[in-house]
Amino acid sequence: MTNKAYQRVYTQLEAITKATVSLRAAGVSNDELARVAGRLAQVVKIKGEIVTLQVFEGTEGIPTNAEVTFFGEAPALTVGEALSGRFFNAYGEPIDGGAPIEGERRYIGGPSVNPYKRKQPSQLIPTGIAGIDLNNTLVSGQKIPFFADPDQPYNKVMAEVALRADVDKIILGGMGLSNDDYLYFKQTFESAGASDKIICFINTTDQPPVERLLVPDMALAAAEYFAVDKNEKVLVLLTDMTLYADALSIVSNRMDQIPSKDSMPGSLYSDLAKIYEKAVQLPAGGSITIIAVTTLNDGDITHAIPDNTGYITEGQLFLRHDTDTGKVIIDPFRSLSRLKQLVIGKQTREDHSQVMNTAVRLYSDAAGAKTKLENGFDLSDYDRRCLDYAKEYSNRLLAIDVNIPIEKMLDTAWELFAKYFTKGETAIKQALIDKYWPIKE
Amino acid sequence: MKTTGTVTGIIANLVTVLVDGPVAQNEICHINLGGTKLMAEVIKVTGRNASVQVYESTRGLKQGDKVEFDGHMLEVTLGPGLLSSNYDGLQNNLATMEDVFLKRGEYTLPLDLEKQWDFTPIAKAGDTVYAADWLGEVLEGWLKHKIMVPFSFDGKSYKVKDIVAEGSYKATDRIATLTDEQGAEYEVTMLQKWPVKVAIGCYQEKPRPNRVMATGVRTIDAFNPIAEGGTGFIPGPFGCGKTVLQHAIAKQGEADVIVMAACGERANEVVEIFTEFPELIDPHTGRSLMERTTIICNTSNMPVAAREASVYTAMTLCEYYRAMGLKVLLLADSTSRWAQALREMSNRMEELPGADAFPVDLSSTISSFYSRAGQVVLRNGEIGAVTFIGTVSPAGGNLKEPVTESTKKAARCFYALNQGRADKKRYPAIDPVDSYSKYLEYPEIIGYLGKTISPEWVDMVMEAKNIVLRGKEAYEQINILGDDGVPLSYHENYWRSELIDFVILQQDAFDKTDCNTPFERLKFMLERVLKVCRVKREHDNFEACASFYKELINAFRQMNYSVWQSEDFAKYNSSIDNILGNDK
Repeated sequence: MTNKAYQRVYTQLEAITKATVSLRAAGVSNDELARVAGRLAQVVKIKGEIVTLQVFEGTEGIPTNAEVTFFGEAPALTVGEALSGRFFNAYGEPIDGGAPIEGERRYIGGPSVNPYKRKQPSQLIPTGIAGIDLNNTLVSGQKIPFFADPDQPYNKVMAEVALRADVDKIILGGMGLSNDDYLYFKQTFESAGASDKIICFINTTDQPPVERLLVPDMALAAAEYFAVDKNEKVLVLLTDMTLYADALSIVSNRMDQIPSKDSMPGSLYSDLAKIYEKAVQLPAGGSITIIAVTTLNDGDITHAIPDNTGYITEGQLFLRHDTDTGKVIIDPFRSLSRLKQLVIGKQTREDHSQVMNTAVRLYSDAAGAKTKLENGFDLSDYDRRCLDYAKEYSNRLLAIDVNIPIEKMLDTAWELFAKYFTKGETAIKQALIDKYWPIKE
Repeated sequence: MKTTGTVTGIIANLVTVLVDGPVAQNEICHINLGGTKLMAEVIKVTGRNASVQVYESTRGLKQGDKVEFDGHMLEVTLGPGLLSSNYDGLQNNLATMEDVFLKRGEYTLPLDLEKQWDFTPIAKAGDTVYAADWLGEVLEGWLKHKIMVPFSFDGKSYKVKDIVAEGSYKATDRIATLTDEQGAEYEVTMLQKWPVKVAIGCYQEKPRPNRVMATGVRTIDAFNPIAEGGTGFIPGPFGCGKTVLQHAIAKQGEADVIVMAACGERANEVVEIFTEFPELIDPHTGRSLMERTTIICNTSNMPVAAREASVYTAMTLCEYYRAMGLKVLLLADSTSRWAQALREMSNRMEELPGADAFPVDLSSTISSFYSRAGQVVLRNGEIGAVTFIGTVSPAGGNLKEPVTESTKKAARCFYALNQGRADKKRYPAIDPVDSYSKYLEYPEIIGYLGKTISPEWVDMVMEAKNIVLRGKEAYEQINILGDDGVPLSYHENYWRSELIDFVILQQDAFDKTDCNTPFERLKFMLERVLKVCRVKREHDNFEACASFYKELINAFRQMNYSVWQSEDFAKYNSSIDNILGNDK
């Protein structure tokens, strides 16, 4: 990002806060970038002659006589095929030691797709994880977050999902990523031999939080280039959106905005929607699918961040530690994929929907039996069978370390039904029972 | 001369403009950003400074950019061709935009002005007419679209000087000339404009609602019916089936015209409507659903200020069709997003906030919007109605938040979606105990239901509600004391309520038979279920009680899945008799 030669240099700041500086300047446009004492900043407010800039790196050590120059343009990313396999910082500058990208500059955070021009998502994305494929099937063009407590291995699961998904590009937007996790992603992608289809925009914990605000827009600008211009199937991974929202609240706080629920800015819903709604199935065949991570505070989904997210995304994948098996599972009760009915039974076997519902219903019967047990009531024979079934179901299908094709998931479920229940107890349609109920040797 | 101004301040989409002449509150202006005209609305004036909310992204806007004021408020164009259209919140036609992306400053015409319409006059030369009187009609698909004396002519009487003969005309052609009391002449076309934030009056009276609007959704129609011209709202946490329920009402609701306002929600949900509605059949007329539907779509990623406008745009279109003597249903999903748009603006204007940082006048804004619904008697004695059902997305699923509370004051029906029911997959997840319909207390509605369904209907509904309530109490006791710890009658009470829950309240929105239950069938089923509940039965133990009712529920559900009065229906009906044995 080079400054234009004719740009005037300002050297008199009127006000400095932790995240913003204000100065008198003329001819400045909204959203435009600037450099304040060598640090990148963006215009967030113009009031008469006073221009307020949000300084991404923070304002520590900036003096009132700092040099300010304006770029005359909003944040942009240079796009091109050469983006593939590269690592960038939040400003879209290479951090892998490679050469700068040459190509067209595109503004990030661009306009929305006309809803009338969208296509209905219809392509299944298999992941091998039964908690996803069987119970919460992903569809290309979908947007869905993992809801997970900070101690759960969400980044690992996400990396696995990304590598198994049949897509042309994987774009990682890392916000407040720990350095260890960043290196984990890098190594995993490299050792999987997928380096050439990965693009990463990384802000780590040791970098300033406000910088994170640029990461999703950078990642999605790159995604739009490949999905729209090249008609490719793009998968965007955003982790961790809770840290993104925290950065939003820092900025709005510095700008004296009145906070709404949980100290979040009143515009949180629109801010998050602008990102997630970039997920799209385009008429020409390209698509953008977004898988994000929203970390929770002790499973609390009523907090403003997961709550607003849930209203925006098309479902959520809820990670939970299962005490019975000691494994991390995808909770079948609290997880949901709103788009699954567009593919199950259509691109998967006819028994998918019934098998999925029956398996979850029996698992919920087991939860009832467990409560009975805890309350000291007697268990019936059915209750006991449910409990045994639940353990095996959790171990063989819900656990995140499962990696089998969807047909095998369905067969496993049938096997469990036959092992623990009668045909009548499953209450599955007779025609399907006749066809799929395992015959005992 | 038009007022002009220059930009002096910008915070996100709130722009301050120094003006050189008079401006009106809510006046529309256009900001010139390097040749692109950004539409904006005045929301506050202090001295010579007007604060305007811009309906687009303000990226690149500069201090000193020129602004031109239009001299009127945000208006929609009303005329034939609105039906089946897909608009954004400002009535731009989304279907005629060329680019895949929404371009800033691209505004498309709401109506096709080249299309020829077959006009038949209703009024004749010499007639005295008032605003909203019908001058003639054109066929808009199946609908007899009335061409009216423009609403803005309200307050005076006019004489029809002449009116064109039957024939084919464009919407912009003159179809009549009117003269007012002073002899001034006015040319009338098929088009008129109306400011969206002003309710369309021009009717004789607005009586209390006196008919029920069938939705085909049993838990609504039976337990908490909504009146034609009534208001209702559906609050619920995410994942409770708000959207599925709204779509079900849109598909089956007994209305001539349906306007769906997708306000700040997911784009893929609108895509679902775009994709499915043209294929689906309206159960009342047999035509494609899209032929009675207009979509106003301002999804969550589209500009926030236009989101606020979208619900008003939708309501104005509804009022327009109501003035033609039609029954219109407005569905808005979700009004919380509209309230949030109000909050974002109020916040940027640094107004003192009310609860949860919403503007203090939120409650009055919501009630005045809901009050635009209603049944009206037109000047010619015909009746039109706008029924309004909005959804609310309460933060954290907590109903004690400002939007839900304000809406509760304004709407007459309350359909609370219950997370517990949704978790148990008991859809629609409308809570049968907490929800209410004030219309069930209206003597007009009780009379209507008595006349059209049966004189005992309301008593039956109350009886069923009571059984559900008793069942809930019994369930709580069983949970605390254990299956063996309560008398057998508790189990009986619980299972009676389960029977009503499974057979009447739960409904499969994705099954082509079960999704829609007309009143005739509903009456049959409710009578049949209540008859079972009225008999006092002896069971050996609670397990026998449970398995008896489970068997019954299964047979009743098979009936729900069978076509009304079909062979299967009769078969399952008699299987119920077998289960009941001597007690039938």
